Amino acid sequence: MSEAGPLVSLAGVERLYGEGGGAVRALAGVDLDIASGSFVAIMGPSGSGKSTAMNIIGCLDRPTRGTYRFAGVDVTGLDRDQRARLRRSYLGFVFQGYNLLARTTALENVELPLIYRGLPRGQRRQRAAEAIRLVGLEGREHHTPAQLSGGQQQRVAIARAIVTEPLLLLADEPTGNLDTARSHEIMDLLTGLNRERGLTVVMVTHEPDMAAYASRSIRFVDGHVAGDETRRAT
Amino acid sequence: MLWETVKLAMLSIRRNVLRSVLTLLGIVIGVAAVIAMVTIGSGTSQKVQDDLSKLGSNMLIVRPGQNTFGPPTVSEARSFKERDVAILRSQLSGVRAMAPSASKTTTVVFGALNDQATVTGSDTGFFTVQDWTFAAGRPFGEAEVRAGAAVCVIGETIRSTLFGGIDPIGQRLRTGGFDCQVVGLLEAKGQSAFGTDQDNTVIMPLRTFQRRLAGSTRIANIYISVANREDVPRVQADTERILRELRRVAPGAEDNFTVRDMTQIASTLAATSTVMTALLGAVAAVSLLVGGIGIMNIMLVSVTERTREIGIRLAIGALGRQVLTQFLVEAIVLALFGGVIGIAVGLGLAGMAAFGMAIPFAADPRIVALAFVFSGLIGVIFGFFPARRAARLDPIEALRHE
Ligand SMILES: Nc1ncnc2c1ncn2[C@@H]1O[C@H](COP(=O)(O)OP(=O)(O)OP(=O)(O)O)[C@@H](O)[C@H]1O
Ligand SMILES: [Mg+2]
Repeated sequence: MSEAGPLVSLAGVERLYGEGGGAVRALAGVDLDIASGSFVAIMGPSGSGKSTAMNIIGCLDRPTRGTYRFAGVDVTGLDRDQRARLRRSYLGFVFQGYNLLARTTALENVELPLIYRGLPRGQRRQRAAEAIRLVGLEGREHHTPAQLSGGQQQRVAIARAIVTEPLLLLADEPTGNLDTARSHEIMDLLTGLNRERGLTVVMVTHEPDMAAYASRSIRFVDGHVAGDETRRAT
Repeated sequence: MLWETVKLAMLSIRRNVLRSVLTLLGIVIGVAAVIAMVTIGSGTSQKVQDDLSKLGSNMLIVRPGQNTFGPPTVSEARSFKERDVAILRSQLSGVRAMAPSASKTTTVVFGALNDQATVTGSDTGFFTVQDWTFAAGRPFGEAEVRAGAAVCVIGETIRSTLFGGIDPIGQRLRTGGFDCQVVGLLEAKGQSAFGTDQDNTVIMPLRTFQRRLAGSTRIANIYISVANREDVPRVQADTERILRELRRVAPGAEDNFTVRDMTQIASTLAATSTVMTALLGAVAAVSLLVGGIGIMNIMLVSVTERTREIGIRLAIGALGRQVLTQFLVEAIVLALFGGVIGIAVGLGLAGMAAFGMAIPFAADPRIVALAFVFSGLIGVIFGFFPARRAARLDPIEALRHE
């Protein structure tokens, strides 16, 4: 893994859904580099390919054409299990709909990725509790999603994403289901993780207010990168 | 990891208790049927074996006529004479003991109490051929047999109904108008294979019986105890040959007597229960198949319902095989749960049957273990397809699933 190069590097990435004439070109040749430690916001109209790009960056999906290098390693052709191992070691996901396991406590939800990594129970408990403290949910460890507000659930999801200490956090519309005040709290949390822990964050959002937290803003239109601006540190 | 998976499986079963229990009905019925039938079956055959061994081992019973087996009775066909017994005694080899006998059901009286009992006249060999042991006193001896002495040996039922707390040895028991002195008390045997109380018996020398009770010299049965099991067929054939001669049965004509091998009857009864076992086994197999399909169905429903959960697990880095293991373990735990309930129900039924039918409760730990393992196996077989379906889900599609 090279220190100098970009953490994420997409080159000529295309993603087609379906075959032949009726195929949908969700991504139509995307070239994109994301440096380690940056906080990137992806914006663009609905259907412009933002989620598709996130799935590929998150190794949940593979490009139809083009190459994807993660931390300098070509991961384009990895199989299912190899991508799963990559995800659980280096990637964290936060979704619009929180996607916590129902009827499962916050602590157990946060522990889940560590279970799949085969960590012993004691270590898991400790790390999960620490991640929950980090997102400001101390005391709510034993609450189930149904007993938590939307903002709290999203915090649990963030704790679950960072408990493995990933290199990259991917958040697809993390504030899409939250009110403004709660959205800003989540953004503060992500900004803190980015600044204090050097966690690279890539976030899709429709709201310019939220995108303003990022240091770089990328605009997707029709499966292309149509705009890319980097702000000076505020 | 495995323990986590098992806990997870139990959790998801607990969330849907009613559904899980209904799903398991097939396995419960199948396993319960197997356990109940095997346990009742071996209890029954154990009972039959016990009963027949109480009759005496390697025993041939010779009777006049061609009647089917049942409690020994004096047949209307020509009975045996002492000469027949004497000739059999001198000509047969490999015989451990032989005893002629005749019986009669009559009233026996002691003091103010009386009872109906089977009174049998025989000789000293009788106790050997029927494997009687003595609780007190002694058998009557050769001299007493020859003399036709007024002595008798009584069974446990007679002692308890007529003598109560009194020691019967040396007492005088009145039967058929004469008194005999009780010289021995037999150890209790319980019910016979034919449901009669074997202990409600008085045994006296044959001559005494013939003179004082029967008023005739007829012999109803001859018991022959063969020394070695493998000699039984030969002794049986020899007995038949000798008796045909003695009783002047024309060549080609049917025997006017029966020589029955009691051990053979035991195996006939055992064979009957094998047929029953096979039949019930088929019923159980069908139930288990239905149970397996039930498990497969519920697991498929579960995979569909939990598509989103599977998507989450896959997204955060679960390997396909970890998801497969989870669902497979869930199916196995579900099936084992059904198996355990089935075993409990089966043993319960067998216990009630054992109580009701007065047979021993013959629970076999090996069969229980086998049923347990087998139900787990059903979980594996029928859980595999749904589990593989879960493992092969596409994480993105699964996450989008509502
Ligand atoms: N599984 C799929 N099968 C077929 N077409 C798909 C599939 N997923 C996405 N698409 C198509 O690809 C294009 C890009 O979709 P994508 O979800 O990436 O858009 P998006 O930018 O995330 O939109 P939104 O802002 O609404 O979330 C759309 O036209 C969509 O219809
Ligand atoms: Mg989207």
